[in-house]
Amino acid sequence: MAALIEIEGLTKRFGAFTAVDHVSFTVARGEVLGFLGPNGAGKSTTMRMLAGFVTPTAGGARVCGHDVQTDAVAARQNLGFLPEGAPTYPEMTVQGFLRFVAGIRGYAGRERSERVERAIGLTTLAEARLQPIETLSKGFKRRVGLAQALLHDPPVLVLDEPTDGLDPNQKHEVRGLITRMAKEKAIVISTHILEEVDAVCSRAIIIARGRVIADATPAELAQRHPSGKLDDVFRAMTEPKALAA
Amino acid sequence: MSDGFSVRRTFAITRRELAGYFATPVAAVFIVIFLVLQGVLTFNLGGFFDRDQADLVPFFGFLPWVFVLLVPALTMRLWAEERRLGTIELLLTLPLRQSEAVVGKFLAAWAFCAIALALTFPFWITVNLLGHPDNATIACGYVGGLLVAGAFLAIGAAASAASKNQVIAFVLALVICFIFAAASYPLVTDFISRGSPALATFARRLSVIERFQSFTRGVIEARDLIYFVTFIGFWLFLNTVVVDHRKAD
Ligand SMILES: Nc1ncnc2c1ncn2[C@@H]1O[C@H](COP(=O)(O)OP(=O)(O)OP(=O)(O)O)[C@@H](O)[C@H]1O
Ligand SMILES: [Mg+2]
Repeated sequence: MAALIEIEGLTKRFGAFTAVDHVSFTVARGEVLGFLGPNGAGKSTTMRMLAGFVTPTAGGARVCGHDVQTDAVAARQNLGFLPEGAPTYPEMTVQGFLRFVAGIRGYAGRERSERVERAIGLTTLAEARLQPIETLSKGFKRRVGLAQALLHDPPVLVLDEPTDGLDPNQKHEVRGLITRMAKEKAIVISTHILEEVDAVCSRAIIIARGRVIADATPAELAQRHPSGKLDDVFRAMTEPKALAA
Repeated sequence: MSDGFSVRRTFAITRRELAGYFATPVAAVFIVIFLVLQGVLTFNLGGFFDRDQADLVPFFGFLPWVFVLLVPALTMRLWAEERRLGTIELLLTLPLRQSEAVVGKFLAAWAFCAIALALTFPFWITVNLLGHPDNATIACGYVGGLLVAGAFLAIGAAASAASKNQVIAFVLALVICFIFAAASYPLVTDFISRGSPALATFARRLSVIERFQSFTRGVIEARDLIYFVTFIGFWLFLNTVVVDHRKAD
């Protein structure tokens, strides 16, 4: 069975600066890939290229076999994307916003309402459904972004820092949700919370200065440091001294 | 891309945008300023009552110039706001074509201008109370006014896509709209014809106001309609190209 996400030599330059440098990997159904790396490593830029928002300087990506550049609409139909910072339209209500996204995704009538209800249920947003998004707390806003990505139950999920700003209960909820969905989907999440990698990811990629420097299971990665802790491995691999070498 | 331009998705964008205008004070402020400006210009400067004629000639005379000023204020936030909020990343990663987002936003702004224009009905009622105007001519004037608004909106939308900065988008749109409005005025054509008379004729044919004036005389010609459709189409195409090019900058 072919991988649901295929990334091949993906490169992005901003002027002379190379933000993403020949990144290649694939993610199969059933995998949850943790995308790790220090600030500015190129995680969000890679995810934006995967979602077809940023145009790659070189290389390409496919979602469920559809090229994200040349077959963008089909690729995006199979993709749920949570952009960094979970942007939403502040003046809309939670329900209004999700209905808008459902409409764009081609749902109408009963099915549209059902999809919205399901997404609201999955992200426990029921109490806030009629509130304008601008009046929500940060964690609730993030959940609205997540609900939007899950609305169409896509085979591929790309979530840029999905648990950032959530309280411990909600972090637990969202991790549980990701684990439950993992079997039928290919999921990529970026995070700075390494315990999350242990908790939900079946595989981790560390990227630094735009390059992939590690690609292994969390357990394998952890063994690369005498302490056996992912934190220490991350620090040892991505601190400036190590990268300069 | 695998599937064609979708009217359904375009209208979904239009509905959201239009609701957005009315969710903020933008709509009310714009409409009030538009009506006050039109009123002051028509009744005071235009000498609406002194002319002793039952028509809307002064009203339509000022209309394009009011649009030159106000339409860029309406369009400057069209794309800049999506950039500021980061929602452009959400919008353009939904399964839609960029041209659908461009046309959807344009139609919302156009529908909004149509509402503003419709709210000038007291002018029309006034002339009908004072005399017996040619209402068919007035209707043609309104059609022309809507087309002028569309032409300027298309310019403004493209300008908004070109700059993250709303002030720059406003000024850019204002200047381009002004050029297309003023292109038929002697001030401009005299200047151009000193260099090349052929160019002056060309400038006049490109002028939005020259076209609009035949509408206000009660004439709707196919070539004028084609002009406006081509004009709007050109700027929306440019808008799509610019959005595609600069969306992630
Ligand atoms: N539009 C842009 N123009 C210029 N440089 C950019 C642009 N977008 C991103 N960059 C640069 O590319 C690099 C990678 O940024 P990116 O947002 O992908 O990092 P990240 O790994 O997501 O970091 P973080 O953990 O802080 O979210 C950064 O150095 C950033 O400054
Ligand atoms: Mg990031």
